[in-house]
Amino acid sequence: MLQFILRRLLFIIPTFFVISFVTFIVIQLPPSDYAQTYVSGLLAQGDNIDAQATLKNLRDLYGIGEPAYVQYGKWMWGILTRGDFGMAFEYQQPVSFIIWERIEFTIVITLASLLVSWLIAFPVGIYSAVRQYSLGDYLSTFLAFIGISVPSFLMALVIMYILFKYFNITLGGLFSSQMEKAPWSLAKVVDFLQHTWLAILILGVSSTGGLIRTLRANLLDEMHKPYVITARAKGLPEWKVVIKYPLRLALNPFISGVGFTLPLLVNGSIIISVVMSLPLVGVMLLRSLQSQDMYLAGSLILITSLLTIIGVFLSDMLLAWVDPRIRYQ
Amino acid sequence: MNTAGIIHQTAARTDTEAPIFVAPEWKLVWWKFRKHKVALISGIIIVFIYLVAALVEFLAPFSPTATNSKYLYAPPQPLQFDGGLFVSGYTSTVDKAALRRIFVVDPTQKIQVGFFVKGIPYKWFGVLPSDRHLFGPVDPTQPMYLLGADRLGRDLLSRLIYGTRISMSIGLIGVFFSLLLGIVLGGISGFYGGMVDTLIQRTIELVRSIPQIPLWMGLSAALTFSISPVQTYFAITVILSLLAWPDLARAVRGRFLSLRTEDFVMAARLDGASQWRIIFRHMLPAFYSHIIATLTLTIPSMILAETALSFLGLGLREPVVSWGVLLQDAQDIRSIATAPWLLIPTLAVVIAVLALNFFGDGLRDAADPYAR
Repeated sequence: MLQFILRRLLFIIPTFFVISFVTFIVIQLPPSDYAQTYVSGLLAQGDNIDAQATLKNLRDLYGIGEPAYVQYGKWMWGILTRGDFGMAFEYQQPVSFIIWERIEFTIVITLASLLVSWLIAFPVGIYSAVRQYSLGDYLSTFLAFIGISVPSFLMALVIMYILFKYFNITLGGLFSSQMEKAPWSLAKVVDFLQHTWLAILILGVSSTGGLIRTLRANLLDEMHKPYVITARAKGLPEWKVVIKYPLRLALNPFISGVGFTLPLLVNGSIIISVVMSLPLVGVMLLRSLQSQDMYLAGSLILITSLLTIIGVFLSDMLLAWVDPRIRYQ
Repeated sequence: MNTAGIIHQTAARTDTEAPIFVAPEWKLVWWKFRKHKVALISGIIIVFIYLVAALVEFLAPFSPTATNSKYLYAPPQPLQFDGGLFVSGYTSTVDKAALRRIFVVDPTQKIQVGFFVKGIPYKWFGVLPSDRHLFGPVDPTQPMYLLGADRLGRDLLSRLIYGTRISMSIGLIGVFFSLLLGIVLGGISGFYGGMVDTLIQRTIELVRSIPQIPLWMGLSAALTFSISPVQTYFAITVILSLLAWPDLARAVRGRFLSLRTEDFVMAARLDGASQWRIIFRHMLPAFYSHIIATLTLTIPSMILAETALSFLGLGLREPVVSWGVLLQDAQDIRSIATAPWLLIPTLAVVIAVLALNFFGDGLRDAADPYAR
C-alpha cells in the first residue's frame, strides 16, 4: 500500500512541471503582451504618452521582455520558494493576493455539486439496476442521457430564464450585499446557499448521468453472480441482498468516478460562473485571458489543474483502500 | 402437438436462422443495431441534420448576415394555413422607457409564404448557380421571421440553418484529427508495449486529468483576431482534437492489447505475415466497428466544446455562424428576457448531441455482433 501511495504521489511532481510548462507556453502564445494591450488602450483614450518608453518601462517592471525560458524559470522559482505567483497586471496586485478567495469558493461549489451528484445518482442507479427495464429504469436512463447531453451552461441559461420569467427571481453573485463583508455565521452560509443553490444543483445534475449509467451497469453485472443467488437462497430480504453484497462492489465507480467527474465539474464551474455571474475562478480566468494578464491566467490554469490532479489522487487512494484488488496490482 | 409438427417447426426455424451463419459482419451489426429502436430513430435524425448541413443555401430562406434595421428583435411569427401558407405581419410601437421598438404580430396583415421561391442567389455546392429557396415569402421584401430576429434584425432560422453546417462539421473534422492521433499513438502503445506504452499511457492520464476548458480557453485566447475566419475554424478544430484524442487512443490500445494474444494473430505471425499486414489485414477489421462507435460518441463532445468556447467568445467569431456563436447573443439574463427566442439554438444543440449519443450507444452495443 505504501509503495502504491508513493508511486502515485511521485507521479504528481512531473505532472506539476509538465502542466506548468504547457500552461506557460500557452499563455505565451499571443503575439502581443499585456504592456502592449495597456499602452494601446492608453493611446486609444487619447493619453499623450511616449509609447515606446512606457512600453519599455512596463516590460522591465514585469520582466515581460525577457526570453520565455527565463520568465518561466523566474515564475517557477517564485512559486516554489515563496508561493509568489507573479503580478496580476490589471489588478496591480500580486496574483496570490487576489486568487485564493475565488479558488476557495470554487472548491466549495465543486465539492458541493459532487455531493449532490452522488446523492442523486446513488438511489437512482440502484433503483434502475434492481428494477431493470421498468418504467422508472427507462425514465432514469432517459434523464441520465439528457444530463450527459445538455451542457450545464445551456441548462443554466434556460433555468435562469424560467426563474426570471415565472418567479421573477434573478440569481447572481455569491452573497447579498449586506452579507458580503460579514464574518462567517450560519446566516451567511444560508445566504451563500441561497445564491448558489442553482449552480450547485445544475453542476451536480450534469455529472449525475455518467454515474447512474456506470452504477447501473456494474450492479447489473454483479446481480447475476452465484454469491447473490446464495444470499437469496439463504432467505435474506431482497434489499439486504442488494445492499450488503453486490452494491459494495458496484460502489467503486463512485470513488474512481471522482477521477473523471472532478475535471468535468471544474470545467462546468468555469463556464457556469460566467453565465450566472458568480465571482469564481471562471470569470477571472476569462477576463485575464482577454487582457493577456499572463501570470494571473497562467496561475489560475495551473492551480485548477493541480487541484484536480490532487483530487484524482485522493480518489485513487480511497479506491485502493476500499478495493484491495487495485493496490496489489 | 404431433411429432411431424415439431419436426416441421424445427426445420422452419433453421431456415430462418441460417442467414445468421453466412451473413457478413456488417449485416450482423445492422441486425443487432436495428433492435435498438431509439438508436435507429437517432440515426435518422442525424442523417436529417447532416442533410440540412449539406443543403444550407437552399434551405435557409435568407442570408445569415443580412441585417434589417426595421425589425430588430422581431418576435417569431407562427406559420398559418388557410388554403395557402402565410405568416402575419408586424405592427410596431416605440417603448419610450426601454428606448426600442416593440413588435406585435398583427393578424390582419398576411404575408404569403411559398415553396421554391426566388431569393438571394447562391451556388449549389459552389458550382451550380441558383436563386430558388425551399420556402420563403413570395414577395422577398416582406419580413418572415419564423424563429424571430436577433439584435441586428437577422433571421434566426436562417442563421440556425447556416450554423448547422459549421457546428456539425467541426465535430466530424475534429474527430478525424483526433482519430489520426488516437490510432497512431494508441496503436503504437498497444502493439509495442513496454517503455513506449508506459510513456504514452502517462501522457494520456495527464491529459485526461487536466480540466480541459481552462486549457482550451488559454489556447483559443492565443488565436489573434487578425487571422481569417477559415483559419480560426481550423485552429479551433485542431485545438479541440488535441485534447480529445486520449479517449480514442485508450480504446484503440485496449483493442490491440486484447487482440494481440488471439490465436488468429499468432497464426498470421507464424505464417510469416509482416507486422503491417498483421495490423491492417488481421487486427484492424476485428475492431474497426468499436472504433466507429467510439468516434460517434466523440463527435457530440466536440460539438459541445465548440459551443462552449464560442459562447464564451473564445471560439468562432462573426461572421462565421455556429450554434455557439448564436448563443453568444443569449449570454445574459437581460437579453434572454427581451428576446427568449434567442435560446432556440440550445434546442438544436441538445437534439444533435442527444441523437449522436443515443446513436453511438446503440452502435457500441451492436459493434461486436459475435459476442453473445
